[in-house]
Amino acid sequence: MIHYNTLIVLSGTALLGASAGLVGSFVVLRRQALTGDALAHAALPGLCVAFLIVGERSLGAMLFGAFVSGILAILVLAGLRHASRIKEDAAIGIVLSVFFGAGIVLSRWIQAHATGGAKAGLDSYLFGKTAGMIAEDVLGIGIVSAMSLLVLGIFYKEFEVVAFDLEFARAQGWPAAMLDAILLALVASTVVAGLPAVGVVLVAALLILPAASARFWTDSLGRMLLLATGFGAGVCITGAMISSRLRATPTGPVIVLVGTIWFLVSLLLGPRRGILARWRTRRAIGHRLSERRMLALLGERAATGAPWIRLDERIRLGSGSAREADAILGRLARAKLIEPIQEGQTRLTPLGRQRAAEEVRELRFREALDVLFPEWSVEAWLHPDSSPSELVPAEVSQQVIHGLKASGRWPELADGAR
Amino acid sequence: MNIEPIRAAELVAPFWTIVVALLATTPCAMLGCYLVLRRMSLLGDAISHSILPGIAIAFLVTGSLASSWILVAAVATGILTAVLAQALARAGVTEDSSLGVVFTALFALGVLLISAGARQVDLDPGCVLYGTIELAPIHTFRWGGLDIPVAVVPLGLVLVATIAFVILFWKELALTSFDPALATSMGIDAGRMHYFLLGMVAVVTVAAFEQVGSILVVAMLIVPAATAQLLVQRLGRMMVTAVAVGGLAAILGYAGAAATDTSVAGMMAVAAGLLFLFALLFARRGGLVRQAWQRLIFHLTIAGEDVLATLFRFEERSPTARMAYSEAVRLAGGGMLGHWAVRRLCRRGELDAIGSFVTLTVLGRARGQSLVRAHRLWEAFLDKNFDLPLDHLHESAERFEHYIGPGLEEQLAAALQEPGRDPHGRPIPAPEPSREPAG
Repeated sequence: MIHYNTLIVLSGTALLGASAGLVGSFVVLRRQALTGDALAHAALPGLCVAFLIVGERSLGAMLFGAFVSGILAILVLAGLRHASRIKEDAAIGIVLSVFFGAGIVLSRWIQAHATGGAKAGLDSYLFGKTAGMIAEDVLGIGIVSAMSLLVLGIFYKEFEVVAFDLEFARAQGWPAAMLDAILLALVASTVVAGLPAVGVVLVAALLILPAASARFWTDSLGRMLLLATGFGAGVCITGAMISSRLRATPTGPVIVLVGTIWFLVSLLLGPRRGILARWRTRRAIGHRLSERRMLALLGERAATGAPWIRLDERIRLGSGSAREADAILGRLARAKLIEPIQEGQTRLTPLGRQRAAEEVRELRFREALDVLFPEWSVEAWLHPDSSPSELVPAEVSQQVIHGLKASGRWPELADGAR
Repeated sequence: MNIEPIRAAELVAPFWTIVVALLATTPCAMLGCYLVLRRMSLLGDAISHSILPGIAIAFLVTGSLASSWILVAAVATGILTAVLAQALARAGVTEDSSLGVVFTALFALGVLLISAGARQVDLDPGCVLYGTIELAPIHTFRWGGLDIPVAVVPLGLVLVATIAFVILFWKELALTSFDPALATSMGIDAGRMHYFLLGMVAVVTVAAFEQVGSILVVAMLIVPAATAQLLVQRLGRMMVTAVAVGGLAAILGYAGAAATDTSVAGMMAVAAGLLFLFALLFARRGGLVRQAWQRLIFHLTIAGEDVLATLFRFEERSPTARMAYSEAVRLAGGGMLGHWAVRRLCRRGELDAIGSFVTLTVLGRARGQSLVRAHRLWEAFLDKNFDLPLDHLHESAERFEHYIGPGLEEQLAAALQEPGRDPHGRPIPAPEPSREPAG
């Protein structure tokens, strides 16, 4: 049976992670990850000022204060970008550190001057503390999530364009600046909602990690949003559960580390852009090219009357090492394109002979194109995967083939080619 | 009134706190110049966060914050940050996200290590953020009859090392910062300088870290350098200015913190931010106030010129023409600025205010004449060279008359062979302002 408090904490963090993943996707695509970080740090003075004004720990007021100072930070960033020659990176660093410094000053002032137990708890906003989450907090997070979902749902198409190509969006007459502002406001409210759980220092990671992870799993924005939302929820729940086992440990760092581990897993295993997937794609392309080269070599030999090769010739035939050549021949044998005839000899199967003839044709075609139509040969070499006779205009291809046939260098495709 | 005499002992703690703060900010401000110029500010930010696990591990292993292993571990994690971020960027993560992922992950790891393993000692996650400079004068050693804070020694060494680094590699650092391609062609390994610099930043960060905390190291790295960038143009001067700004921020920060009984490090960041704001507003070159002032003067000049040119046209029709003061204000755009523009003309002796009317002075007539001449020459030029309807000429000339200086005016007249009249048939006044108003 799950305890009521646990349920509150889990649903709160899950909602938080989900909305951070959703909004964070756009942050990552718009390359504003570090703006998010500056915004989060800038929330601290707002928290403190609200505390000073209200005089007690009222979550709603403090989060509102944090939101206001976050927005102020964004305005300062925009102002610096427009009105000074300070570069974007320095502007982010300035806003982040100066706002945060002001926050530290204010929180010390509160600790020194505020009365009673009210002053306790500001520290928990630095690194987060989910244990104290109450139903009211979850409601707040829920409202922010619903708002993000609603806004992103309504303006989905607009945000999609802005996320991928701001200049295009502007040229098309979309109100790009307006959409950017809406997005940053969503980021600010998500960051603020995340403060109690993850803290000022690390909440930006919550925006970045699920979205950056999701990027490795898909190329479609819709799927990326779904995945990032799911990842965010999963990461936050796992992190909150682990940190509840470790006593006196701030929740933020645990959540961030869980997110980092999931990010590394995605980086490695993500089916779209993961390291493993990209390595496999590259290897498959390399394999196909080397197989085709070997087939062409075998086909050339078949055309000159030697339908088989001795295995000790294999190095000369394939480029590279004996082991490489063996691997290529092994793959051809598994594809039933070559077959062993006796110890140390192998030859093309009928199917192999057919494919080899095609490869020889393609090779000859490319060679002849180089000589006869050099203006087209580049085009052919740029597309090694397509058949060159389809890349060039029909009359060019006819002339090339005609020339090759006339000189007897155009192998027949039929089985009769021995 | 009873003023208590200030005893020397009461000044000792502030003195040493400020010394420690200056020692911490100076090397930060120096290296910060390179970070800002190379647009690597955020790498500095990232390093100041990500050295934490290095410090924590070295601390947990050796059990002391003073060991040199901490320096080694910090430099290693600092460089690791840059390498990892670059590796992630190569793996297809955008640059900002990869930096964000690396430093938040390492920082989170550091916080966890500290809160898990170092709870019994004076290293807590909060201090990681804002340092413990207030405690610096308490831990002291005796030397030559003085109680010198322990922190002075490592900070002093780092300061000396930073100065030596900057002097030794002055040329290389400058070249690789401004023109990496040229540096490479001159045989300087730009990549190696990059990592040298990052290593030094890590050293400086870890030394300053204990005093001002990770976030405020960022403030000391970036804000003074960015302020200096607003104020001066040359690298050497920028570095001196940055050091001065950093030092000023340290002193003001201490004073502010002492007055309000708050965090010294936080106040230092706020003071640095205020100095930056001050530079942004009042820099001689490109300061916002100066920019606004120049725009205002420009606006007033144009508005005034419109009044002078109009009044000159009146005089063409009747030599004794005058204009109501209120009409002049309206011509100058109206409102407060209009009043200002007309008053400015009177003050400069280009208009005479008689009663509620204004007339041209000799000076003002000369200026009005050359404006009208420029206007009509431009109309004639447009009419001759472009196929434009007559009623399209005036608008362009109305804007352009303000920008045609004597040089261009002469060339226009020469190109048109000194035409007597503009396309509308009005006479083009002579270049030399005559004593008598033109007919």
